Amino acid sequence: MNLKDISEAIQGDILYTSKDLMKDYSYAFASDLMSDVLTVKQSNMLLITGLINVQAIRTAEMSDIRCIIFVRNKKVSEGMIALAQETGISLIHSSFTMFKTCGLLFTAGLKPVY
Amino acid sequence: MHFRYKIEGGDFTNAGSTASAVKKVLKQLNIDPVIIKRTVVGIYEAEVNIVAHAYNGVIDVDIDENRIFARFEDAGPGIPDITKAMEEGYSTASEIVREMGFGAGMGLSNIKNNSDKLEIISQVGKGTTVEITNYFNSK
Ligand SMILES: Nc1ncnc2c1ncn2[C@@H]1O[C@H](COP(=O)(O)OP(=O)(O)O)[C@@H](O)[C@H]1O
Ligand SMILES: [Mg+2]
Repeated sequence: MNLKDISEAIQGDILYTSKDLMKDYSYAFASDLMSDVLTVKQSNMLLITGLINVQAIRTAEMSDIRCIIFVRNKKVSEGMIALAQETGISLIHSSFTMFKTCGLLFTAGLKPVY
Repeated sequence: MHFRYKIEGGDFTNAGSTASAVKKVLKQLNIDPVIIKRTVVGIYEAEVNIVAHAYNGVIDVDIDENRIFARFEDAGPGIPDITKAMEEGYSTASEIVREMGFGAGMGLSNIKNNSDKLEIISQVGKGTTVEITNYFNSK
């Protein structure tokens, strides 16, 4: 699924798109715990999180995650968007819960990492 | 190549800037992406540990053609029992640290899993030194 399909599946808003709008994602991982995200070896995955701060962006940067979906209708700060631009990470805003966001994307075909 | 970064306890806004800078350098050197990820994940967790648990610290990064060596030296409370601190799930992190997405006691074990060599020396009441070495041609 590309970024546009993913965003449509969760009625999300794309806050920032790095170059790879057409890039295909196969896997997703959901967590509010960044230490957890940092243990995942899978590449080409997107991160679904309710953790709304710059560390979510930093964690994605270190983990080679190209896209983050922020759930539970949280406000994403300018500083976070600026860091995402700097590091080339696409951001999507979802007003749904983590559970609903995951459920919709799972149904749409994204795979779990384990 | 040698780089030095200074880091302040509690400064979560800048936590990760060292790992980010190192990532850029390793990319330019065309290091295997798997090794880059291992390395910067370890550096990031070690950096977060200074921010989360210490007062301030200095990070020295040395890169040659064979390996990257990173030393994290902090002034802080130190670690009374390193074996216990290495256990997954052991954490003394504050509520603030947990709000930042860390503090589940997974950092040190993940650093170990992502490094070829890890050394931790600590003196209670003084501080902690963490040394990570990763080789570029992993056998
Ligand atoms: N630089 C440090 N200075 C003092 N204590 C530390 C340091 N790094 C780790 N620790 C101690 O080791 C514990 C485990 O660290 P870690 O595995 O990274 O988990 P976490 O940081 O999530 O608590 C910490 O909770 C803390 O008690
Ligand atoms: Mg830690």
